[in-house]
Order: sequence, then C-alpha cells, then structure tokens
Amino acid sequence: MSNKVTREDILRISGVDPRKCMKCGKCSGTCPAYEEMDYHPHEFVSMVLKGQIDRLMQSKSIYKCLSCFACLERCPRNVEPAKLIEAVRLAVIRQQGMNHMTENDVPALLDAEMPQQAIVSAMRKYKK
Amino acid sequence: MQKIGVFVCWCGSNIAATVDVERVAEAVKSEPGVVYSTNYQYMCSENGQAMIRNAIKEYGLNGVVICSCSPRMHEATFRKTAMAAGLNPYMVEIANIREQCSWIHKDMQEGTEKAIILARAAIAKVLKNAPLTAGTSPVTKRALVVGGGIAGIQTALDVADAGYEVDIVEKSPTIGGRMAQLDKTFPTLDCAACILTPKMVDAAQNEKIDILSYSELESVSGFVGNFTVKIRKKARYVDETKCTGCGVCTEKCPSRKGLNEFNMGLNTRGAIYIPFAQAIPNVAVIDKTQCLHFRTGKCGLCEKNCSAGAIKFDQEDEILERQYGAIILATGFKPIDASAFDEYAYCQSKDVVTSLEFERIMNAAGPTKGKLVRPSDGKHPHEIVFIQCVGSRCSADAVKGKQYCSKICCMYTAKHAMLVREKYPDVNVHVFYIDARTPGKNFDEFYRRAVEQYDVDYIKGMVGKVEVEGDHLRVQGSDLIANEQVVIQADMVVLATAIEPDPTARSLGTMLTASMDTNDFFTEAHPKLRPVESPTAGVFLSGACQGPKDIPETVAQAGAAASKVIGLLSKDHLVTNPCVAHSDELLCNGCSQCENVCPYGAISYVEKEVRGPEVRAVKRIAVVNEAVCQGCGACTVTCPSGAMDLKGFSNNQIMAEVDAICR
Amino acid sequence: MIFSYYPGCTLKTKAKDLDRWARLSAEKLGVTMEEIDQWQCCGAVYPQADDEIATRLSAIRALNAAKEKNQDLLTLCSACHHVIKRVNHDMQTNQTICQHANNYLQLDAPYTGETKVVHYLEMLRDCVGFDQIKKAVEKPLKGRKVAAYYGCLLLRPSNVMAFDDPENPSILEEFLKSVGATPVLYSLRNECCGGYMALEDKQAAQSRVERILSSAKAQGAEEIVTACPLCMYNLDTNATQTHLPVRYFTELLAEALGVLQ
Repeated sequence: MSNKVTREDILRISGVDPRKCMKCGKCSGTCPAYEEMDYHPHEFVSMVLKGQIDRLMQSKSIYKCLSCFACLERCPRNVEPAKLIEAVRLAVIRQQGMNHMTENDVPALLDAEMPQQAIVSAMRKYKK
Repeated sequence: MQKIGVFVCWCGSNIAATVDVERVAEAVKSEPGVVYSTNYQYMCSENGQAMIRNAIKEYGLNGVVICSCSPRMHEATFRKTAMAAGLNPYMVEIANIREQCSWIHKDMQEGTEKAIILARAAIAKVLKNAPLTAGTSPVTKRALVVGGGIAGIQTALDVADAGYEVDIVEKSPTIGGRMAQLDKTFPTLDCAACILTPKMVDAAQNEKIDILSYSELESVSGFVGNFTVKIRKKARYVDETKCTGCGVCTEKCPSRKGLNEFNMGLNTRGAIYIPFAQAIPNVAVIDKTQCLHFRTGKCGLCEKNCSAGAIKFDQEDEILERQYGAIILATGFKPIDASAFDEYAYCQSKDVVTSLEFERIMNAAGPTKGKLVRPSDGKHPHEIVFIQCVGSRCSADAVKGKQYCSKICCMYTAKHAMLVREKYPDVNVHVFYIDARTPGKNFDEFYRRAVEQYDVDYIKGMVGKVEVEGDHLRVQGSDLIANEQVVIQADMVVLATAIEPDPTARSLGTMLTASMDTNDFFTEAHPKLRPVESPTAGVFLSGACQGPKDIPETVAQAGAAASKVIGLLSKDHLVTNPCVAHSDELLCNGCSQCENVCPYGAISYVEKEVRGPEVRAVKRIAVVNEAVCQGCGACTVTCPSGAMDLKGFSNNQIMAEVDAICR
Repeated sequence: MIFSYYPGCTLKTKAKDLDRWARLSAEKLGVTMEEIDQWQCCGAVYPQADDEIATRLSAIRALNAAKEKNQDLLTLCSACHHVIKRVNHDMQTNQTICQHANNYLQLDAPYTGETKVVHYLEMLRDCVGFDQIKKAVEKPLKGRKVAAYYGCLLLRPSNVMAFDDPENPSILEEFLKSVGATPVLYSLRNECCGGYMALEDKQAAQSRVERILSSAKAQGAEEIVTACPLCMYNLDTNATQTHLPVRYFTELLAEALGVLQ
C-alpha cells in the first residue's frame, strides 16, 4: 500500500514531536470539544507515536476540533496536540474524493446572518 | 637539555576503543625533547605510577606528559608520582585524550589523530615549563552561613559543635526559614515547629554562633581561608539589645495594612511586628513602608508604649566587616508565582491557594488559627481539589514553568490530603496527579495511607481549567484511567506550585563567583563526588539552594557541608596554587588596568627604581600578592603592554601549544 | 499615526459595522487607517501544517503591502489578526516556509517578516493610550455592565500572539473602563464559543455559547462585547436559554466618542 499515511507523514505535516509528551492529559482536560470526540487530544499524541494513523483518520474528532488552541497553549510540554489533529485531518482530505464538505453542501447550512468567515473557514478546514 | 617522557593511558576501553594508543605513543617519539614514550592499560594504577617513577629515574626525565583523562581527575595523582621520583610536580602536563577526545569521537582514525595533536601540544608546553613551588596561606577559623533556615541552622550548629565560630546572616527579621511556616512534616506528621524551634533555640544559645538577622551580604573579597565580607545590618528601628519581645508595640500599632509575610499574605500585621511567636531573635521590627511615623511624621505609639525604650526611629543601616575562612550558602527556595498559571484561576479567586498558603491555613498559628475555612468567605469547604505539578516538569520551549521536578510536592500534597481527611472527615479531597513520586524512606507507604486509609480520591490526569462559577470553583480535568473528562464543583483548589531558588541567590552567586545552573540553583563541584562544595574554593552548599530537597535531605546535606567546612577550618595553613600572576617590571607601565580587573584584589602598585638594558628610572609598577592571586588570568589578557604573565600558563607556553596544534 | 489597514472579507459584508465604527473612531482619535490595495481573504483559519504554503500567501501579500509603505499593519477581525500574525511569525522563524513562500510570490524583495502586525485594540492601548481615549470620550457609558469576550484567536498561542496574558487578559476590560463602562469579569471569557462548528454542528456551538453567556450573566453582565464577527454571530444566533445583547467593541468606542451614526 504505497499511499498509506504513515506516522512519519503526520510528523512531517504537523512538525510535532509527540515524544515530548509526559502523558499528563492536560490537553484533554482543557478541551472544550471533548464530549463530541471519540479520540481525544491526548490520544492523538500517543496514537500518532504508536503509528495508529488509520484509526485516527477514521475518527470523527478531526471534524470536532474547534482549533481554539487551548490544548496547545496549556500543554506544559509544548507538544501542540492541535497540530496533530490538523495533520490527520489534512491527510484525510488530501486524498481523492475525501472532502468532508464541498461548496454544494453550503447553501443548505446557511442562514441570513452567517458571516463569510464561517464559510471560508469551513472550506479551508474540510476540503481540498 | 630537555628529556621528556610521554605516557599514554588506555583507560581500559574508555580511550583505547577510539584511540590507537600504540600509534600515539609511537608518533610522539619524534617530537623534540621526547626520549621515552609508552602506553599502558591504567596509568593511574599502582603499576602505571611505578612505570612513570622508574622511567623518570632510568631516563633522567625532566618533563612528563600523561595522555589520559581530564586533569580534574588525576593531575594531582601524577604530580605526586613525579614528586616521589624527585621531579618538580609542575613539570607534569596532562593531555586530555578522554573527555576531549575518545568520548566525543566515534571514528578511530579521527580520534587517534586528535590524540596525537593533543599530546604534541602538551609536549610543546612542558618544554617551556619551569619548576614551581607552592606557598601557603593562613586560614581564618570562622565560618559564614548565608541563610537561617533549617539548612543554615543545621550547618551552623554542626560547625559550632566542632569548636569553630559561625555567623548566620539571615535577610528576614528571624531565622527559621520555610520550615517555620510548615504545619506538619511528612512522612511522620510531626509538627514542624516542634522539631525546628529547639534547633533555633540551640543556635541562639550557642556561644559560638552569632545570628545576624535582618542582614544581607554587601560584598565579598578574598579567597578560600581568607574571605573578607561586608554585611549590611538593616535598620529595624528597634534596639535589639533593649527589646524584650513583649509585643506591646505590635498590639498598639494602628497601622494594619502590611501583608503578613509569615502567613503568605493571607492576613495583615502591624507596621511594627514580630514575625511569629517563636521568632529568633524575639525582637520587633518596623516596616517603614507601612509605619505612620515614617509616612506622616505623626503617631509614635510604639515608642510611647515601649517600656524598654527600644524604639529607635533614627536607627540607620550598619555595615559590619568580618573575616571568614569558609562561606556556606543556604539560601533556600520559594514557591514560584502561581499567577503565571491562571488557567487555575489563582488571580481570579481567593479560594485558589498555593500549598504554602494552605500550610498556613492549616497551622494553629496561621491566619485562621488552624481552622480550615475558605479565604473568600470564611465558610467551611466540602470539596477540595489539589493540583500537582503546577509549573514543574515543563519543557524548555514551553511558555512558562520549570523543567525540573520540584520533588517535594507529591509528598506534601499527600500530607495535606491526609490532614484534611483526618480533621474533617466530611470534606471530600481529590488530587490530580501525573505520577506520584515517592522515593524515600516510608514515603510510598505514607502516600498509600492517604489513598487506602483516608479515602483520598487520586485522579491520574491534569486539570485543564478552573472556572469561578458563583461561589464555587468548576474544576475540569482529565481522568486518564477512566478516559474521561471530569468536572468537580470544588469549594477550594490548592496548587502544588513548583519551587525555585530564593531570588537573592543570583546576586550572591555573582558576588562569590559561585556557579549556578540555568535555573539559578547553585552548582556543586561534582554531581556525585563533591555534592556539597561549590566549584569556587571555600564556598559550600547547604539545602535547597543546590536543588529541590525535603527536610531529611536538607539536614543531611547541611551536616555534610559542615563536615567539609570543619575539614577546612581545622587546617592552620592552605597550600596555595603556585600558578599565579607576576609582572615584568621592565614592561609594566603602571596603567592600573590589571588592578581594575582583578577579582581578588591581589594587585597593588609600588614606585620602584627599575634597571634594564636601556632603562634606568623610577616608575610605578604592578606587584602581585601571590598569597591572594588565584591565577585566573584576567590581568594577563587585560595588560596592554604584555607585562603580566601567569606562571605555569605563560603566554609563551600557550602560544607553543597553539603552534604545536596548528603545525 | 498612519497604519496600513487590512479589513478582511467579513468586514466588507456581514460585519460592515465593526469596520465603520472603527474607522469613525480612529478618525476622531487622530489615527489614519489606509486600506491596502487589492487585499485578498486571509483564509480565516491559520494553516497549522508546516507543508501548507499556498494558504499562507494572501496573508504574506498583505504583510508585504504594508512593508512597501513602511507602515505597521492594522487588523480588526480576530480571525484575520490571528492568521496574519501567525503567518508573519512563520516568515520570521521558519526558514523552509519563508523560502517556499517567497519562491511562489516572486516579490521585488523577499518578505521575511519585517512588518509589525497590530490589532486595533493594541493600537488603542499602545499607540493612542487608554488615558487619551478617556479624555476624548464625550458620552461616557456610565453604568453599563459589560462582559468582555476574548474568545481564543486573539490570545492563543500566547508566545506568537503576544497580545495579553492568555489566562487572565485585561486589554478589553481596560478599554471598557476608558469608555466609562463597568467591565464584568467571568471565567469563560477566554474559552472558545465553538464558532467554527456553527456551520456544521449547531448543537455543539449552542452548548458552548450557553456556558459563556450564563457565566457572564451570572457575574452581572448586561451586555457582551467581542472583536470577532464569528463570535458575534455565534453568541447572538446560537444563544438558547441565556440571552445577552452582543456588540462589537468598536460600537461602544464610537458611541462613547460621540461618532456613532
């Protein structure tokens, strides 16, 4: 399987060194989207380190992360879990036909007040 | 004619695995002056030393080069060896082919070539060596302890017990330090004051010990055995000799806004105050920033009410100058400022406290007289959350925090949790922890008691955020074992903040040229073999100023430092280093630059008639006091005329080494 | 005081007021905002991946435009500020990103992070000064109990944003004091409102908004201010049980300065 996403791909895309983690769980302790996630920020760190990328790529967490950077700000080891979540999401949507959302989905989700910013960011985060 | 012998050590495989020792010995044979070279498994062994002694005699060697480990390890050994064979010990040079060569290279070829070059440099140097004779300097038989906490007190008591005089300089108005602020001590739960105050009294009553409280070091000069120290005795505006410590003044004082330092600012004190009941000396002190007399010129109630007539508003700082043979640093620690970690809401709620503040709350002499109540409203708490590792174990590139483990927090948190459950069984106690670190005698048993006997809820995980919600605190964190995010509605949160060296350590380090690590802990001369000595001769380390420590370790180290000090003070004379500076009077132009840079005050000037081939004049020239000079070399690099030189490390010798390396 | 100004897409559409009040207030305070020519949307999310170059380019173009005018770059929208400030930091510190980006852009001179990015609030604090604002206020907002909502993008990551204490910020509260209002402190002012979820997962956004608004209200807030159009939308539209009037901070500024139209 030549196009299988590896641990090294995720490390390269994210620039994160998960070995810095001391497994304190503060990232997951602070995450505001914890309840909506199946795999949580601290699990992304340890699972990337173990190379369990496939499971993370199928996780719904990658679309639940709010990119609020609370985990990144408060991590005592500067591991930056948010970057790993982003890297896994990118690894998914960069694959052919794996967009999470396209322009065609947008009109149905809109309301009169929705700022452009929300639409632009959805396209940036969910589609290649 | 020079006859040099070269001895190449294998150091087992330490050197021989990366350096072809045979080739090194062979290569240096053609160096000028070399008449003998050999290699051996362990040059420092009895056999190795015998080889050196025999070669000196057999070949009439007048210079020896040992290619081995760092001179810090065995220079003294080989100098003695040479001396035993009748050679001046300063005719021995060490080429460090271990730490600076074999240990840092992987490739045999590279390592061998570098070893040969290093050997060549040492040979070039020894060719220009001259025999040197060490002098002696007297030892002042008095020690100075900086810091009056348990570390300083213990060191002072032990040194005094051996019959030497000791001064304790303590910056605050009383001795006792951090330990005096603690309620109970782990793992025995005995009262801190009950075991500390007898030692404080011992120190006060010991006629060999002079306690200089409310005093700080102003300057230090001199060197091991002969330090001259200026001490600033800060004005306390109270005559220590007259004050009886009756405390009437502290009650009459109308100013009540000064934060009580002893109680970590949890309550206030008068402008004139005695830090705590068992303070030593039991003498009041006036906080000028709070005193109405100093601020408005009115008041003076303390003066009116002092039957001893001890109040002295016109008292001024006093500078004492004293001589010491040894200086012991015992400056201790402080908790870090928790406001940097405001995800835990320390600045946002009074009910979020640090562990040291919690000690005061639990202590009978504390702001609540030992009653556990919330600082915000005085109500009894029902849920308390302890958070460990606040500011400890952070990575170097994190925005805040210390990299090290503060070592004492796991144990004192277990203690706090247990004490709360013991006194108030209705209070639920939760501890968020990453690892429970309990390596110490009876430590893990203690922690297990907290869990198994006292039902303390240990949650493996860290708190992400503490939110102030009305009159309670919403604590949200990870429970890694349950793999869930937990929320606890707490009444109080206690932060086990990291500890750091007392901020006064840095200026003392500079004053004493005592080296420090990046965290401002004092560095020991060797992490294993010389743990209580600073690399600066005559300076010793006691307690948490060297690294985080609990009380048993602090007391052990304090005793160890004392034994080293006693060893020093028991000598009448110290052998001085003959590698000292001297000035060539023909070249010296009396510019004073060397005097300005000398850290030891070893250089002075004389008017002298100087005679040379083309000169004959009376001029001002530099003179080095060899007993004071420590051979640091600052003067030699500063001297614009090249008159200053260092014996044993002359410019000539250094240049010869450089030439040999570049050849 | 002249700044290059980057408004961003939302300030030209749904958040026109945020922009208009900022401009009117700036004029009153003697600050000139020169909108840069032909700016492009910043993308609204900072590309966290090291290998994303194209998504950084519009921010770099804006930064370079300010550099060419030798001006600081003023931003207003929290998202734009976040993206532009972080991309600028990448250009200063990440050689690979800097080199690749310059290879794409082929500017007259390579851009290496020279421009200083200043948020409108930072401009008020550091260039004008809250004391000066206090003096310029014509209609102080006396008695108004206002909760400042920071959200996440202005504060984090603090080592790059360097905006304020990320856990206990004060700039908005200081601003509120300067216009005569009473700031209301509450713990959730720097927690995420879930704005990015607003499109796809309304419920997720709603639960976050409820916590924020109820926390602010419990502390006595009667209105809430923000600098972010997405937060504004979210706090307003996705409020369920608890409701508070949501305003842009620039509205309060303009009102106090007497230039609200």
